[in-house]
Amino acid sequence: MPLLSLLIWVPILGAVAMVVMAGERNPGLSKVLSLFIGLVTFALSLSLYSGFDSSTAAMQFTETADWLPSLGIQYALGVDGFSLPLIMLTSLINVIVIIAGWNVIKDRPSFYMAAFLVMTGLMNGVFAALDAILFYVFWEGMLIPMFLIIGIWGGPRRIYATIKFFLYTFLGSVFMLIALIYMGIQQGNFSILGMHNLPLSLEAQTYIFFAFLIAFAVKVPMFPVHTWLPDAHVEAPTGGSVVLAAIMLKMGTYGFIRFSLPITPDAAMEYSWFIIALSLIAVVYIGLVALAQKDMKKLIAYSSIAHMGFVTLGFFIIFALMSDNSTDAARMAMQGGLFQMISHGFISAAMFLCVGVLYDRVHSRNIYDYGGVVNTMPKFAAFFMLFAMANAGLPGTSGFVGEFWVILAAYQANFWYAVLAGTTLIVGAAYTLWMYKRVVFGDVINDNVAKLEDISGRETLFLTVLAVVTLIFGLWPQPLVEVMQASVEHLLQCGIQSKLPGITGVCH
Amino acid sequence: MFLSPDLTPLSAEIFMLVMACVVMIVDLYFADAEHRLTYWITQLSLVVAIFISVDQLSTETAVLFDGTYIVDYLAGILKIGIYVSAMIALLYARDYIAERKFLRGEYYMLALFAVLGMMVMVSAHNLLTIYLGLELLSLPLYAMVAMERNNGNAAEAAMKYFVMGAIASGFLLYGMSLLYGATQTLDIATLSQAVANVGDNQLMVNFALMFIVAGLAFKLGAVPFHMWLPDVYHGAPTAVTLFIGSAPKIAAFGMVIRLLVQGLEPLIEQWQTLLMIMAILSMAVGNIVAIAQLNLKRMLAYSTIAHVGYFLMGIISGTDAGYAASMYYILIYALMTLASFGMIVFLSRAGFESDNISDFKGLARRSPWYAAMTLFTMMSLAGVPPFIGFWPKLEVIMAAINGGFLNMAIFAVVMSLIGAFYYLRIIKVMYFEDAEETMKPIVVASDVRLLMIMNGLAMLGLGLVPGWLLQYCLTAFGV
Repeated sequence: MPLLSLLIWVPILGAVAMVVMAGERNPGLSKVLSLFIGLVTFALSLSLYSGFDSSTAAMQFTETADWLPSLGIQYALGVDGFSLPLIMLTSLINVIVIIAGWNVIKDRPSFYMAAFLVMTGLMNGVFAALDAILFYVFWEGMLIPMFLIIGIWGGPRRIYATIKFFLYTFLGSVFMLIALIYMGIQQGNFSILGMHNLPLSLEAQTYIFFAFLIAFAVKVPMFPVHTWLPDAHVEAPTGGSVVLAAIMLKMGTYGFIRFSLPITPDAAMEYSWFIIALSLIAVVYIGLVALAQKDMKKLIAYSSIAHMGFVTLGFFIIFALMSDNSTDAARMAMQGGLFQMISHGFISAAMFLCVGVLYDRVHSRNIYDYGGVVNTMPKFAAFFMLFAMANAGLPGTSGFVGEFWVILAAYQANFWYAVLAGTTLIVGAAYTLWMYKRVVFGDVINDNVAKLEDISGRETLFLTVLAVVTLIFGLWPQPLVEVMQASVEHLLQCGIQSKLPGITGVCH
Repeated sequence: MFLSPDLTPLSAEIFMLVMACVVMIVDLYFADAEHRLTYWITQLSLVVAIFISVDQLSTETAVLFDGTYIVDYLAGILKIGIYVSAMIALLYARDYIAERKFLRGEYYMLALFAVLGMMVMVSAHNLLTIYLGLELLSLPLYAMVAMERNNGNAAEAAMKYFVMGAIASGFLLYGMSLLYGATQTLDIATLSQAVANVGDNQLMVNFALMFIVAGLAFKLGAVPFHMWLPDVYHGAPTAVTLFIGSAPKIAAFGMVIRLLVQGLEPLIEQWQTLLMIMAILSMAVGNIVAIAQLNLKRMLAYSTIAHVGYFLMGIISGTDAGYAASMYYILIYALMTLASFGMIVFLSRAGFESDNISDFKGLARRSPWYAAMTLFTMMSLAGVPPFIGFWPKLEVIMAAINGGFLNMAIFAVVMSLIGAFYYLRIIKVMYFEDAEETMKPIVVASDVRLLMIMNGLAMLGLGLVPGWLLQYCLTAFGV
């Protein structure tokens, strides 16, 4: 069974079928159908997991067909330990977003659901593509539903935010396209795995590395091209924010491990100091910026940037560690970064959903409009507490594991990296818990808060799911680590091996 | 003894000429108020012409009339593209011209003559035949623009189009006469050898090339010879703009190939530089000025200028794959133009032109399907995958990089980023803004509606299977 194709096309074609069969004429039916399609997609991703062989770094479930043979472009799909968890995350988050939008979206709900389903298919495609142009098609195609989601269902400044989002991302990706075409011409086809083995001079690598960097840095986002994210997050509807934070940001870091590190290892090594510097700025400076926010969504958006800084930090300290022969530490850094990607997917989604729960009732995201929420919404306060703690990196939650590993590895690379990265334990805790304190604790400050009703069964459902996964991976990270193990090993041993002439390795 | 040449390769042209005359006569005697019969005969002639040209694709290249006319695979594919564009353009136009009271049989007759002119252009193998085809195309177009005679804008546009067109023809003709002076030949095949060894006449040939390139640039609408294009696109009745913007671009491509590539290939270094300057300027001016437009037709006119810039990149690359990429670009571009101007025609009603961007307000709520089709078209024009507009852009950029023009390729993608902004604005207006109360639901004939949906879906469908059309273009250049 072509599982990967199904994971891409079931949600997309399902969305079309849903709109044709039910559409706005019958919103109730269209929601049920959307949920059904979402669940089928998630079930497919589970069967992907059950059939996955974690002992090898080779691509699995591969599918290949000619797409544009005259240019050597193929419809090639496959997953390894890096992409499998991300596909599962995407499919899960999609279900949660559909449930979260169930009663909240009053304006054209079936269109809303359809946009998310289409986007899920495209995002699965991004993670599964093994052909560079196919990857680019999914990568860009995904912008369109997101553009519409922010622009139609967003807040007051949605149009500004969505155009900024689109243009920023488009800006990054066109340079990536040039780099991909350049390599495609060099090797005569667009196979990503082929590019991993393509010999490139340091000069060419440098250009390609920076072209990729623009594309991925915008998506992650890294300082200083992060400014679209707070705008997009603040204006997007809850579901949009969730997908942005949980999945779209991961595409940037996924790009680093799928493209930048293996294709341009020498340039990546040469300029790793630069990425590390940007990552540390993200962790420290953006953390401080988050502290100053009055808008809850903006605060979480900035905290996302800071947390993603750990991912890029983990990915780029491996060069220093490998040249010290500290393979174990390098492995830990990679694993930490990857783990952080998945864990941040759960936690940021949950945080945005929590804010969404409050917003749906009070229609404000301003911290100062709240206070004493615990008095009227005790169940919600408990969930929110858990996720706030996870966001601050409390041991026992999944937020702790990845950051802790990255900091440990960073300590071996350079003492000061670890010190700067470690400040997140203070700053991250400060902005998250301070926000939590102002919103939840204290006396009921106004009528709006006094009238709040506690979370409904539907809201309890999706928050419970996220709480469970956050705790499971926090207490027992092993399953996720096992899936990634072989791919990490392969990347460290082969992927980042120098491509310069004169150096012959075992892998090329 | 008089040898009668074998005229079978010319059957498409002969058929078109006969049908143009038949349409004229039928319309004279059997026309009802809506000229239905004329319309259907016109469409039918184009359908039959498609069959004839498809049939000819498999035959050998034929050169007729002492080398002045060539019927080859390239011409065949371009002709089919021209027929299809003309058919779609006429179908969109039918109700529009009826509502504006300039539906006369001549409209269809002129369209068929224009098609014939385009057929001659793409099949010309002699400088004079090229010129003949060009004029046969241009004269009916001038008349079509002016047909809505009580519309001042249309009259002004026709005047401008005529004057500018005449200047361009003059440039072209002057260049051709200089070439003839330097090489003593008008034949494309001999010309390509003759210009390679012109000896002392090199200066004159360079001079001639300048004029020819300027004439071509006028016709294509490349900067700095683009000034007429926004005015004509804006002033002409939308149904005519639709026609001007689609099929003639395909014919112009044929002319560029015959003249520059087949005729003046030895001068490639000279015309590459000239075209490169024009391509870069076109991309910059087209994309940047389009941002400032409030009128959709003007915006699309500037977007045309930008697209001409991208299209030229393939020609500049100087490789067969590059020419094929340009051909692919122009065919796809014609389809996108039909969809985008078609939408304006579609939303217009008697006494109301829907050509301001604000007229699209809230379209997503009023008619979600048409809004989706416009979304597809705009995204396609912007070159966002998976829509079809992405593939020809990819092709020409690849051709440019292959030809060693990496900087131009980078410039092109940066400009396409700027371009994305104004296409997004249309989507913004349709999806994110609410309709005004005066805006009424859209009422159009069912065949036009079907065409609109199909045209929009083609943007997506062709984008998912981009290979087959490209294959025809590659075969045309023997890649």
